[in-house]
Amino acid sequence: MTIDTVELAAKTPDQPQPWDELGLKEDEYQRIRDILGRRPTNAELAMYSVMWSEHCSYKSSKVHLRQFGEKAPASDALLVGMGQNAGVVDIGHGYAVTFKIESHNHPSYVEPYQGAATGVGGIVRDILAMGARPVAVMDSLRFGPLEADDTHRVLPGVVAGVGGYGNCLGLPNIGGEVVFDPSYAANPLVNALCVGVMKHEDIHLANATGVGNKVVLFGARTGGDGIGGASILASESFDDSKPSKRPAVQVGDPFMEKVLIECCLELFEAQVVEAIQDLGAAGISCATSELASNGDGGMYVQLEKVLLRDPSLTPGEIMMSESQERMMGIVTPENLDAFLAITARWDVETAVIGEVTDTGRLIIDWHGETIVDVDPRTVAHDGPVYERPFERPAWQDELQAAGPDSLPRPSGGEELRDTLLRLLASPNLASKAWITDQYDRYVLGNTVLAQPEDAGVLRIDESTGLGVAIATDGNGRYAKLDPYTGAQLALAEAYRNVATTGARPLAVTDGLNFGSPEDPAVMWQFAEAIRGLADGCQALGTPVTGGNVSLYNQTGGTAILPTAIVGVLGVLDDVARRTPQGFRTSGQVIYLLGETRDEFGGSEWAWAEHGHLGGLPPSVDLAAERELADILVNASRDGLIDAAHDLSDGGLAIALTESVLRYGVGARVWVPDGLDPFVFLFSESQARAIVAVPRSEEVRFTDMCSARRFAHQRIGVVDDGGVLDVQGLFAVPLDQLRTAHESTLSSAFEA
Amino acid sequence: MARVVVDVMLKPEILDPQGKAVQGAFGRLGFEGVASVRQGKRFEIELDGEATPEAVAEIERAAATLLANPVIEDFTVHVEAGV
Repeated sequence: MTIDTVELAAKTPDQPQPWDELGLKEDEYQRIRDILGRRPTNAELAMYSVMWSEHCSYKSSKVHLRQFGEKAPASDALLVGMGQNAGVVDIGHGYAVTFKIESHNHPSYVEPYQGAATGVGGIVRDILAMGARPVAVMDSLRFGPLEADDTHRVLPGVVAGVGGYGNCLGLPNIGGEVVFDPSYAANPLVNALCVGVMKHEDIHLANATGVGNKVVLFGARTGGDGIGGASILASESFDDSKPSKRPAVQVGDPFMEKVLIECCLELFEAQVVEAIQDLGAAGISCATSELASNGDGGMYVQLEKVLLRDPSLTPGEIMMSESQERMMGIVTPENLDAFLAITARWDVETAVIGEVTDTGRLIIDWHGETIVDVDPRTVAHDGPVYERPFERPAWQDELQAAGPDSLPRPSGGEELRDTLLRLLASPNLASKAWITDQYDRYVLGNTVLAQPEDAGVLRIDESTGLGVAIATDGNGRYAKLDPYTGAQLALAEAYRNVATTGARPLAVTDGLNFGSPEDPAVMWQFAEAIRGLADGCQALGTPVTGGNVSLYNQTGGTAILPTAIVGVLGVLDDVARRTPQGFRTSGQVIYLLGETRDEFGGSEWAWAEHGHLGGLPPSVDLAAERELADILVNASRDGLIDAAHDLSDGGLAIALTESVLRYGVGARVWVPDGLDPFVFLFSESQARAIVAVPRSEEVRFTDMCSARRFAHQRIGVVDDGGVLDVQGLFAVPLDQLRTAHESTLSSAFEA
Repeated sequence: MARVVVDVMLKPEILDPQGKAVQGAFGRLGFEGVASVRQGKRFEIELDGEATPEAVAEIERAAATLLANPVIEDFTVHVEAGV
C-alpha cells in the first residue's frame, strides 16, 4: 500500500480522486484544491468530505439557523449556548442542566436495533462531554403506517435498541412520543434526547488550548464501523438501485459506554483533563478539527498511534471511522500520568496520539510521513454555505383551501361515543404503553413522572426537591399545512406539557427533520419552520440551546411531513409539588382552561376518521400559552389543583379519557352552553388544559383565572363511578375505554 | 432425515461486544495465548426429508431472512453427513 502524502499530492496534481463517491460536489472539490493550493491527499479528501457533508457542516441550514441566535430572548438561565456539544441551563442552587436532541434516522432504517441504540449512545456522549452526568433519556419516534410490513420490521428493532442501550447504561427513559404516518414509511425518525446534570463549576467546553498539551484518544478501539456514514447517510436518499451507497452499520457496546461515563466523570472530578470531545459522526476528522479550531488553532497527530480493531484500515478510513464509545481528551503533560492511571483503572484503552500546537495547522502524520496539513477552521467551520432556493410550493394553497369543513361530523350521543372509541384505538392516540413498558422509567430512583404523563419529571437535588421537567412534541401534519405555525405549535405543546406538570419552562432543544434541501418546496418548509420556531422562542422567552438538523429524509421523490421536534426543559423548585395527569379524588371539580373554537384542520379526527389532511392548523396564541403556563405553575405551587392534563391531539375527549383512566376513577361532564358537543369534545384548539380542583380551593383558583382574564369553565366533576358520563349524550364504562385505548399496539405487534 | 447446519457470524468489520467480553474473561481466568475472540450462532436444522438442493436452497433463504441479519452478519450453510 502506498500512502498518499502531502508531498506526493503536490507532485501529482492531476491524479483522479473519488470526490464524487465521497459525496462532494465538483465545486466543493475545487474549493478544497483552492484552499490547499494543491490537490488534497486521500486522507484530507476523506476528512473534508465527511466534515463538509450536510450532516456535519449544516451547509444548507446554516443561513436559517442563525435566527436562533439573532432572535434569542434574553435569558439569565443560559450558561452555554449553541455551538458546543450541548447547551447548558442554570436551574438554581448551583446546579446546571444540559440537554440536547439528536437524530439517527437513516441508520435506524438500515439496521433498526443498532441504529437506534447508537443514536442513544451518541447523544449521551455529547452530554457527557460537557462535564455532566447523564441522568435520563427520551426518544421521539416516527414510523410508517401501523399495519405496514416495514413498520413491523423497523419499530420492534428501534424500540428494543432504545430500550436495550438505555437500560444497559442504567438511564431511565422518561418520555417522548410515537407517531405513525405513511410519509415515514421507509424513512422512520429516531430522535434521541439526553439530559445531564452538573454543578456550575464543572462545565467543560471542548476546546484544545495550551500549547504542548497532549491529545489523547480513549475508549473503544477504532474499527471499520460506519466509514463514510456521515457523508453518505446525509447526502443521499435511499435508492434501491445503489446498494453500495448504503452506510456501513455501527454497532454499539453500552457496557463500554457505561465504563466510559464513569471514567470521564472521574477524569473531570480529578481535574486531570482540560477538555473532552466525543467522537460521533466523522470520528477523528471531526474531533481533531473541531477541538483545534475552537482552541489555539493547531494540532499535531501521529495517526499510527490510534489503537485499531482492524489493522487493515487505511489512514483515510481511520480518520472517517464512526466506531462508537470513543472520546478525545486534551491533557496537560503534568497530568498525563494521573490521567492514564484513571483510564487504566477503568480498563479503558488509551493512546496519546498528538499534541496541541499554535501553528494554526492541523498536521497528521502516518509513520513519519505527513498525510494531512490543513487549516482546521477550513474543515470544521468554513465549509460551504448554501443559500438554497426556496419557494412556497404551488400545492400549498390548494392544501390549505381543502379544509375539513365538508367532512361529515358525528352527531348525537351514540355517534359521538363511537367516534371517541375509534379515536382512542387509532394508532396515534392509542396508549403507547406497549412501547414505553419496554424501557426502564425508574432506574436511579429520581423519576417523579414519566410516560404517559405530559412531561417527564426528574428530581435533581434530594435535599431541596429541585427538579426538571422535559417534554418533546412535533406535529408533522400541522407543519405540512403551515410550517411556520406548525413549528410554533410544536413549541407551544412542549411548553404547555412542561407547565402542566408545574414546571417553569426555561429552554429549548430542537430536532429538525425534513426532506431534501435541493427541493425548493422542502427548503421553504424548513425556512418557515425555523422562522416560526425562532419567533416563538422569542415570544415565550425560552432560548434554543442547541439541536440537530436532519435533511434528505425522503424516499424517491416524496419527502416526509416536515417534522420539527421541539424539546422544552423546565424547572420545578420542589418536585413534591408536581401536578400529575390523572384524576384521583372523587368530588373534585373539573375545569377547562382556555378557549375552544371550531378547529379541525390537521386534526387527529380528520386524519383517523376520514384520512383527510387539509385546511389550516389550529391558530397559535403564544401570549395565551404564557398565561396558561403561569396559571398552571402558580396553581401547582400554591396547591390549588390536584391534576392537570394538556389538550392536544384528539382534543378534550381524549384528554378526559386519559385522566380518568390513569387511576381508574370516573367523571361526569357537561357541555357548556353555546358550544357544539362535537367541537367541545374533539376540537384541537391550543392553549387549553383541564385541571381537577379540590372544592376547598375552587374560589381561589377561579379568582386567579378571573384576575388574569383567562377563560375557565366548570365542565364536570370527578367521581368514582367507573364511567365517563358526558351528560345528555353518552356514558361509557372505563373498561370499554381501556380496552379501546390499550389494545391497538399490543395486538399489532404481538400477533 | 437430514441435518442442515447454519453458522452465523458478525461480519469481520462489525464490533462484537460479546466476543470482546469473552476475550477479557480468558485473560482474567488465566487462559493464555488468545489474541481475539468472536462469538457467533449455530443452528442445527432437521429436515423432514433428504437434503435435496431445493431443500438446502430453502434453508439458505431462511438463513438470509430469519436466522441472520445480512446487514451486519454473514452466514454459511452446510449439510451434516451421517445423521
